[in-house]
Amino acid sequence: MYMEINKEEIFRTHRAQKFALWLSMIGMFMLFASLSSAFIVYTASGVDKGIKTILPSAFIYSTIVIVLSSVTIHFANKAVKKEEFAKQKTFLLATIVLGVLFFVLQLHAWSVLIDRGIYFINTNASQSFVYIFTGMHLAHIIGGLLVLIRCLIGVSRKIPYIRNLYRMELAVIFWHFLDIIWIYLYVFLLLYQ
Amino acid sequence: MSSTAITPEASFQDSHEEKQSFIKKYVFSTDHKMIAKQFLITAIIMAFFALLLSILFRIQLAWPDKDFPVLEFFLGKWAEGGRIKPDFYLALVTIHGTIMVFFVLTAGLSGTFSNLLIPLQIGARDMAAPFVNMLSYWFFLGSCVVMTASFFVESGPAAAGWTVYPPLSAVPTAISGSGLGTTMWLLSIFMFIISQILGGVNYISTILNMRTKGMDLWKMPLTIWSLFITAIVGLVSFPVLVSAVVLLFFDRSAGTSFYLSDLVIGGEILPNEGGSPILYEHLFWFLGHPEVYIAILPAFGIVSEVLSINSRKPIFGYHAMVYSLMAIAVLSVIVWGHHMFVTGMNPFLGGVFMLTTLIIAIPSAVKAFNYTATLWRGNIRFTPAMLFAIGMVSFFISGGLTGLFTGNATIDIQIHDTYFIVAHFHFVMGSASMFGMLAAVYHWYPKLYGRMLDNQLGYIHFWLTFIGAYLVFFPMHFMGIDGVPRRYYAFTEFPFMEKWVSVNILITWAAVIAGLAQIAFVWNFFYSMRNGKKASKNPWRATTLEWTTEVKHIHGNWEGEIPTVYRWPYDYSKPGHPDDFIPQTVPHSETMSSNLLQDFHDNEEAIKIQKEWNKENNRVESES
Repeated sequence: MYMEINKEEIFRTHRAQKFALWLSMIGMFMLFASLSSAFIVYTASGVDKGIKTILPSAFIYSTIVIVLSSVTIHFANKAVKKEEFAKQKTFLLATIVLGVLFFVLQLHAWSVLIDRGIYFINTNASQSFVYIFTGMHLAHIIGGLLVLIRCLIGVSRKIPYIRNLYRMELAVIFWHFLDIIWIYLYVFLLLYQ
Repeated sequence: MSSTAITPEASFQDSHEEKQSFIKKYVFSTDHKMIAKQFLITAIIMAFFALLLSILFRIQLAWPDKDFPVLEFFLGKWAEGGRIKPDFYLALVTIHGTIMVFFVLTAGLSGTFSNLLIPLQIGARDMAAPFVNMLSYWFFLGSCVVMTASFFVESGPAAAGWTVYPPLSAVPTAISGSGLGTTMWLLSIFMFIISQILGGVNYISTILNMRTKGMDLWKMPLTIWSLFITAIVGLVSFPVLVSAVVLLFFDRSAGTSFYLSDLVIGGEILPNEGGSPILYEHLFWFLGHPEVYIAILPAFGIVSEVLSINSRKPIFGYHAMVYSLMAIAVLSVIVWGHHMFVTGMNPFLGGVFMLTTLIIAIPSAVKAFNYTATLWRGNIRFTPAMLFAIGMVSFFISGGLTGLFTGNATIDIQIHDTYFIVAHFHFVMGSASMFGMLAAVYHWYPKLYGRMLDNQLGYIHFWLTFIGAYLVFFPMHFMGIDGVPRRYYAFTEFPFMEKWVSVNILITWAAVIAGLAQIAFVWNFFYSMRNGKKASKNPWRATTLEWTTEVKHIHGNWEGEIPTVYRWPYDYSKPGHPDDFIPQTVPHSETMSSNLLQDFHDNEEAIKIQKEWNKENNRVESES
């Protein structure tokens, strides 16, 4: 049997998948929201609780890096819309490099904290929460990097334009989301430092 | 309408499907109907496993002083001398609860029927993201395997209750089940949550974006409404359990102190300081309470559909049904504190949680009355599905009434953690959801397998299960009021509980008989797959879209164009129409003799045409 499929139906599927991505971001947001509320409740439970240190400056650099990566992926997306694939590749690569740099900077921030004697295993769990926040975010960053690499492989293998465009569209939304989540977490932690 | 041949970017990769390999068709299938079957069969297997566990602990409760050598043969060191060990008893109740709540009533119910019904009833070729949908099943299967495997580790499966409260669950040395078993429990639930999120985003997105022409939200069957709202509740609450589980994992395995403080085990002081187990309870119940609604909401939708079809009447109060579903969903996320009245909660906060909890009685009562009103003067067909649907309403009412007691903070302090609670939730979410699920299996079996289930076996299954469930759970109310605590290993150690041992024997026999009745179901289910009576296209004479598809499953569901929808899904026994049902695909222009002016929603043109037709044909205009 040969089934014919409407073009309209394909576009509808694409729209639905994009919507599913937005929904899953609501789910991820709930994860961080619940962690934040757990942090607030825990920190309020005693005067000896709280972060009790100035956040490492590595967090500022990592914030700059991830914002930059959002800019580069924006340009990559612009390039793919103009069908400038070489440019798209360069910007995608830049985004991936910045993403990895972000990852490294976060790990560096952890080592700074450890040098200060602020360990993950800690009787003041507010300080453990800093690791949980950043760690859970990094777990999502790994997912984001995989998505970006898939885009890069796609454009290198010259997949059909419409699929390239679509992949990029999803990747851009997700990467911006990760950026925004990090800014939220950073501001949240700054307020509690 | 012009159609183009399939393009490479199409997500329906396998439209040429004659030559599909076995693996692609039955194992790594992206077809929503096959995924639904996978969910269902996995859930049935897990349900039987959980049933077996419950029979084991029922044996212990009924005959705490007797030896059953056969138990030692099967369970080895967990039942030395033929008597179940206390540690293993705790593991049994824990895993029974976990499997039933998560694997059967969540994945088995909404997983199966979201997958089967959403595309079929809204008129879509498949889910929004079929591949993600397949992943959802594989994560679910993975979590089932890990949970089952925890029975084969030396220290035994998790044993801190299905809620795995710390510190019992967080200190690996606390009891034997808190060792590797609990780690596996956490891993399993983590995978399960991923499965639920992947599935849930798909369900919501499919419903909102992939409906066929004419299928506006208010023309959707109540099954779709309930699955839609269930998925939203799941999406909002399941991620919170991830936080709870991740923090618990680090407390156990890394030595952090999120939940732990001031603990002494075997004379040794633990290093963990400053944590709060109450924090876990908040995080857990923020999911845990919505979770019980995730189990019951799909049953609501299914029962609405089955009752209406088999009463040959429109569902009573369609809009009220939808709004009450929404109300229950919203309320479900602001009542979790009622599980924690005895944690030293501020009485004012307890009062707030009590209020929000008791308000749930209103939308629930709306549903119960609407079900009854749907049955009222209906032309009722007592198919097995119908019996199970009525059974669901019965359990929902008997269990819902006790909810008024448990939700009341002052009474809850007395009955907290007693058998009253066990009785309450086994009625209102356990039996009710289970009966909803069985109603759905009997009702949609022809759609799943193209054959009919045997009615006689269905009736035997229903009556034994129905009476059995009442005999099992009803007496527990009285035990709870008397203060008998749940999760206790033997009642012979406490003089005031000894009188309940005889009741326990009754309960256990009832459980055994109800358990055996399930064999009728399984036989029916698997035998009918090949040998059942062949189903016709629309065996129940129902209106919804899934019955317009061919009996034989094809990828893409409809061979030609997807049908267009013109009317709501409950046009049963409409006066003036020769048939007692009008499918959703029949336009109003073909049913001039039965149209009501309200069917046209203030569409002036259509009303004018109808009025003219009425005049020409001497049809008395209906008042409404």
